[in-house]
Amino acid sequence: MQLEANHVSFRYGTQQWLFRQANFTIHAGEILGLVGPSGVGKTTFGRTLAGYETPYEGTITLDGVPVSTQGYQPIQLVMQHPEKAVNPKWKMRKTLNEGWEPDEALLAKLGIDQKWLNRWPNELSGGELQRFCVARALGPDTRFLIADEMTTMLDAITQAQIWHAVLEIAKERNMGVLVISHDQHLIHRLCTRIIDFNELLDHGMVRT
Amino acid sequence: MQLSNLRVFKQKLNKRQRTLLVSILFSLILCSVVLTGFLLNEDRIATNLEVRNASPSLDHLFGTDWLGRDMFSRTIMGLSLSIGVGLIGAIGSACISIILGVVAATMGKVADSIVTWLIDLFLSVPHLVSLILIAFTFGGGFKGIVLGIALTHWPSLARVIRSEVMQVRSLEFVQVSKKMGKSRWWIAKEHIMPHIIPQILVGILLMFPHAILHEAAVTFLGLGLSPHEPAIGIILSESMRYLSVGMWWLAFFPGICLLIIVRMFDKVGDHLRMLIDPHNAHR
Repeated sequence: MQLEANHVSFRYGTQQWLFRQANFTIHAGEILGLVGPSGVGKTTFGRTLAGYETPYEGTITLDGVPVSTQGYQPIQLVMQHPEKAVNPKWKMRKTLNEGWEPDEALLAKLGIDQKWLNRWPNELSGGELQRFCVARALGPDTRFLIADEMTTMLDAITQAQIWHAVLEIAKERNMGVLVISHDQHLIHRLCTRIIDFNELLDHGMVRT
Repeated sequence: MQLSNLRVFKQKLNKRQRTLLVSILFSLILCSVVLTGFLLNEDRIATNLEVRNASPSLDHLFGTDWLGRDMFSRTIMGLSLSIGVGLIGAIGSACISIILGVVAATMGKVADSIVTWLIDLFLSVPHLVSLILIAFTFGGGFKGIVLGIALTHWPSLARVIRSEVMQVRSLEFVQVSKKMGKSRWWIAKEHIMPHIIPQILVGILLMFPHAILHEAAVTFLGLGLSPHEPAIGIILSESMRYLSVGMWWLAFFPGICLLIIVRMFDKVGDHLRMLIDPHNAHR
């Protein structure tokens, strides 16, 4: 199984192009790192892959077939700010079980304490919330996980714990992971392949 | 001395507690007015020519009118009628604004521009004018006035709901929910509604005083409720003829009561609005 972006271009409204004609492939079971300077469009590219943004031109395909917008999405995105990605009016148990019901083994692997399930989001720290967001995105139908600066704001121990769990699950299920990060050490440590965002764009195209 | 004690007591409470206190007081007064209005006998306002034009006394707290009817009872009955009209009108209005606000925010650009245009249209005409027109079209009376209020007071709340729904819809956790395979209906029910319900409640509360005042105004002009009903507007317009002969109590007490009720709604609504507004809530 592979996730492909074919000649994908994007811009917000009528602003300047963020990226044009980007081509990209990630295979199942691959841990791929995406690096590039700030503001170059990495996050937007990740959002486009996960279906949060509709590309201006080009297609996103899974095994050659466009991804359906209905039902649980096989491409899940974990965002940088977990506090924005959970409903502040929901208890954590409801947030966690929104897409599927993770078993206790997974929760333990991610270091989620059972007591946290009955708390409100503002009673947990960013790192604790991010664990919930990761667990939520790791449903049985997830084929690709896009980790957009997933652990940037966390301390080293939490980072290690979360990545350890994610890599283990990715290996178990043959799931592809796209790591978008500024952290060179992290990317070199995790990834089997690293690409620069600018390499995705067709050579000879001038970004305007 | 006592007044300053009261002030110190008030300052000790925080905003939440004060809101609670004001709301409890307010609902007590409101309930007693409505209950007495319903429980009062019709013969309390029967004509009694022996006590015509009596000024306020212990027997007749608000005095009597030129037919000897007890003004206190008439005022209370009028108030409960006004509150009823206001309540039905405000809830009807709120229903219209919820439907239109949600339609505008979720059904695409065409629906949005139509609803926005409608809102602008209704806001550009003074409430009273459209209210009189609509009440007149439906033949006046209770039905006409309630429909008139419901059909004229929705635009401002609809605008608030529209922008609120749009804002919540663009939040990240709502977008994530979509990717979790949740339906539009489910998202509206579980994510969006809980965020806009406080706004709607406050909107209804703040619409209430407007509805009551407009009902009284239209009735005063003779286009609303029928003259035999003890409405505040009717009482006020009838008393106009007697003010010049010094019967001030005919207009003074009903007017003050109306003012108090309206002010209380305003106050409670404002308190609640400030509480749910994150910019003020912590103060």
